[in-house]
Amino acid sequence: MTPTRDPLVDALRAAATGDLAADLDAAIERAERDGLVDIGYEVTDSPVGPLFVAVTDAGVVRVGFAREPVDAVVEELAARVSPRVLRSPRRTDEVRRQLDEYFAGRRDRFEVGIDWRLTRGFRRTVLERLYAEVPYGRTVSYRELAMRVGNPAASRAVGSAMATNPIPIVVPCHRVLRSGGHLGGYGGGLPAKRLLLALESGEAPLL
Amino acid sequence: MRSTPVRLPPFQRLLDEHGAALHRYCLAQAGPDHGPDCFQETVLAALTAYPKLRDASNLRSWLFTIAHHKIVDHHRRQARRPRPVPELAAVDGAPATTGPVSGLDLGGGELWAAVGELPEKQRGAIALRYLADLPYADIAAVLGCSEAAARQSVRAGLTRLRTEVSR
Repeated sequence: MTPTRDPLVDALRAAATGDLAADLDAAIERAERDGLVDIGYEVTDSPVGPLFVAVTDAGVVRVGFAREPVDAVVEELAARVSPRVLRSPRRTDEVRRQLDEYFAGRRDRFEVGIDWRLTRGFRRTVLERLYAEVPYGRTVSYRELAMRVGNPAASRAVGSAMATNPIPIVVPCHRVLRSGGHLGGYGGGLPAKRLLLALESGEAPLL
Repeated sequence: MRSTPVRLPPFQRLLDEHGAALHRYCLAQAGPDHGPDCFQETVLAALTAYPKLRDASNLRSWLFTIAHHKIVDHHRRQARRPRPVPELAAVDGAPATTGPVSGLDLGGGELWAAVGELPEKQRGAIALRYLADLPYADIAAVLGCSEAAARQSVRAGLTRLRTEVSR
C-alpha cells in the first residue's frame, strides 16, 4: 500500500497517526445528536448465536440471525431504508439490553418501538396481529393466525409472512407452529426455534 | 441508463474502506491539535450530503474533496487569527511524536512545522498522495488541477520538505 520507502514519507505517516477509533466514535455521536444517522446497527451475542440488530428513529427495523451475512443485511437496509447506515452501539443499546433480559428469562415482552417498514400488505397485517396478540409462552398455528386476520384459507400466506419476518424474536414468529404441534419452519433454524420455545415454556434456563 | 437512481452503499462501508486514510489526511493537514476536528467535520458534512448524492462512481474522491474543503476552511480561519500559524507554534516545543528517522534525525514536532510551512497546494498534494494513498487522477480531482500539476506539486513539496528537515 505504501507507495515509497522514502524515510521522509515514512516519518510523515508515523507522525500522522492519532486515535482513529476515538475520533470516529466522537464523530458518530455528534452525527446521531444531529439526526444524521438513519439506521444504527450492532451485532450482539445470544444463546441462538450472534444476532444482528438495526434500529431507526421509529424503533427496531431488523433482526437477523448469523445465517444472514451482516454485509448483505446492511446492503439491504441501505437500499430499502436509507444509505445512512452506521454501526452504533448507542442506538442499539436498549434493544440489546432487552434481548439479554429476554434470554435470561427476566423479560416476557419487549418494550421497544417497532419500525414495520420492511414488511407490507397482508404479511404486515399478520405480523402486527401476531405481535399484538400472541404473548410469551403461547403458541398458535398458521391456520389459527390466518383465521385471526379474517382469512382462514390463507395459512400458506401466513407461512410466508413468518418466513419473511424482518424482526424475528421481537416479533415472535417462533410462536407460530403447524397444526398438530409440529414445529414448522424457522428463519433462524429449527434448533433456534426449539430453544426459544423451551425458554418461554420455562423448561430450560439459558443463562 | 443515466436516469436510474444511484445505488449508494451503506455509509458504514465508506468509513470501513476510507476512514483510516481520511483520518491520516486530516492529521497531516491540520496537525495533531486540529486534525481530529477536521476529520469529524468531514464525516458530518459527508453524512449530511450523502442521501442526495447523484454520482456514486468515485466515493473516495468525493469524501476527500469534502475533507479538502474543511482543511482549506480551517487554514483560512487560522490565518485570520492574530498569530499567523498558531498550531505550528503550539507543536514547536512539543515532545517529538516520532523517534529519529534513519538518516534524517527528525522529530514529529519539527516535521509538523516543516509540513505546515509548505504552500497549501503542495501540502495537500503530499497528504493526498502519501497519507491517503490516492492515485494522481483523484488528487487532481480533489485539488481541482491537472494530473501533471498534481505530480509537480508532490515533487516540489517533497524537495522542499527534504531541504527544510536536513538543515
